[in-house]
Amino acid sequence: MSDVQDKPAEGRKIPAPAVTIESKPFWDAAEQGKFLIKRCNACNEPHWYPRALCPFCFSDDTVWEESPGEGVIYTYSTMHRSPTGPYAIGYVTLNEGPAVLTNFVDCDLSKLAIGQKVKVKFQATEGGPPVPVFSPV
Amino acid sequence: MSIKGKAYIMGAYEHPTRDAPDKSTPQLHAECAKGALADAGLTKDDIDGYFCAGDAPGFGAMSMVDYMGLKNVRHMDSTETGGSSYLLHVGHAAQAIAAGKCTVALITLAGRPRQNKFFPGGGGRPGQLTDGPPEAGFENIYGGSTHNTYGMCAMRHMYEYGTTSEQLAWIKVAASHHAQYNEHAFLKDVVTVEQVVNSRMISDPLHLLDCCVVTDGGGALIVTSPEVARSLKRPLVKVIGAGEAPKGPRGGKDLDLTHSGALWSGPIAFEEAGVTPQDMKYASIYDSFTITVLMQLEDLGFCKKGEGGKFVSDGNLISGVGKLPFNTDGGGLCNNHPTNRGGITKVIEAVRQLRGEAHPKVQVPNCDLALAHGTGGSLGTRHGAGTVIMEREA
Repeated sequence: MSDVQDKPAEGRKIPAPAVTIESKPFWDAAEQGKFLIKRCNACNEPHWYPRALCPFCFSDDTVWEESPGEGVIYTYSTMHRSPTGPYAIGYVTLNEGPAVLTNFVDCDLSKLAIGQKVKVKFQATEGGPPVPVFSPV
Repeated sequence: MSIKGKAYIMGAYEHPTRDAPDKSTPQLHAECAKGALADAGLTKDDIDGYFCAGDAPGFGAMSMVDYMGLKNVRHMDSTETGGSSYLLHVGHAAQAIAAGKCTVALITLAGRPRQNKFFPGGGGRPGQLTDGPPEAGFENIYGGSTHNTYGMCAMRHMYEYGTTSEQLAWIKVAASHHAQYNEHAFLKDVVTVEQVVNSRMISDPLHLLDCCVVTDGGGALIVTSPEVARSLKRPLVKVIGAGEAPKGPRGGKDLDLTHSGALWSGPIAFEEAGVTPQDMKYASIYDSFTITVLMQLEDLGFCKKGEGGKFVSDGNLISGVGKLPFNTDGGGLCNNHPTNRGGITKVIEAVRQLRGEAHPKVQVPNCDLALAHGTGGSLGTRHGAGTVIMEREA
């Protein structure tokens, strides 16, 4: 890629996430530094983003499960047209299976690569709970 | 064709709640859907048509189809007329079933006006609960825009198939060859592959010239009955096939960003029309970005998956040169992308081609079969695909 940038993404402020009654347990756990996913007791499939009804079998018996938040980069794109400096968006395929949309932080953005191992961490937002982001391990 | 006797209401469910502080609006929609399915004795995989109105959070049917994991939807309708919407939906569902566009239609309504402390949009309110699109809290925080969400698709396509920036650039080059003859085109200069790949990086791997233009403006279409059409003094452009499909991350399982909803909408349209991709004399292909074109060409069957890069770099999109003249008005990449929605200009240029009214320098000789295809929303998250096949009637 031309125009590579190696500054980390700290410049961009992350807005408060929209928290619903359905997603509130996720964000309450995030405040404690815990990363939760949902799994279905009926079909045993984990899914993302978390839902009250399983998107695979439609059972309403879905439960929260703490995840180590480890996985690999499925894809990414570093946005250069940003007044606060470049930042990277992408999907992580969690070891449990589901793909998660996220930002990659605290790393050399010019060295991001598909297949790279990453782990979750939480980043502060503007007045809301912290949001899950990922860094290479 | 009438709807009379062509459709039956086989499931009906009224949610027992009258006060729902503990459930989100998407959850209520899904619980209503589940109740109606149980009443009918069907499962959600039987649903191939989905109808919702303004009470369904998100972008038309996109958020709710993805939330519920409806994987077989091939007909969508988000007609909004307030409280009467669902009556119109029954009529529209019957039309769709009578026309063979779906066989099991789901119509949902749900909301929580008693919980009016919850804000309906997709933005966060520090310290307060919201009740908007179900994915909003998990996606809207990461600075996703069209550029970087389409960039993610291009990055993965390059990884899986070895597609290059130079190959993507050929799509812009072809569009610019056409735009030079369009007096109204926003960008009329012919560009080279080198100019595209050397233009400034917007969001990896998409450069400035991989992106469409931003333009004011608009368009309109008139669709008539055969009787009215024959009474008018214009060439007859007949709609012979149409297909549609939503695509989203669907719970994050087996995510594949290298294909679009065209993979499903295309075959429906081709089957209805009784033609094949190779029969097309001209194609309008949605071109918000160069990667959008590449993925849709593959998904529609103009070339094999992964071979789009070679297809476009062989010059196949240039009128008078290649196998599949595309976007002869210059497309969204050079001509026009009015109010960031390019679907209608795709149909308009296909109509010009079928009438023989495109610019002489780009008019396809004897253009009697054409396709227009569009993708709305984001290829990188959730989108709706639409394919229309048209024929010039002698």
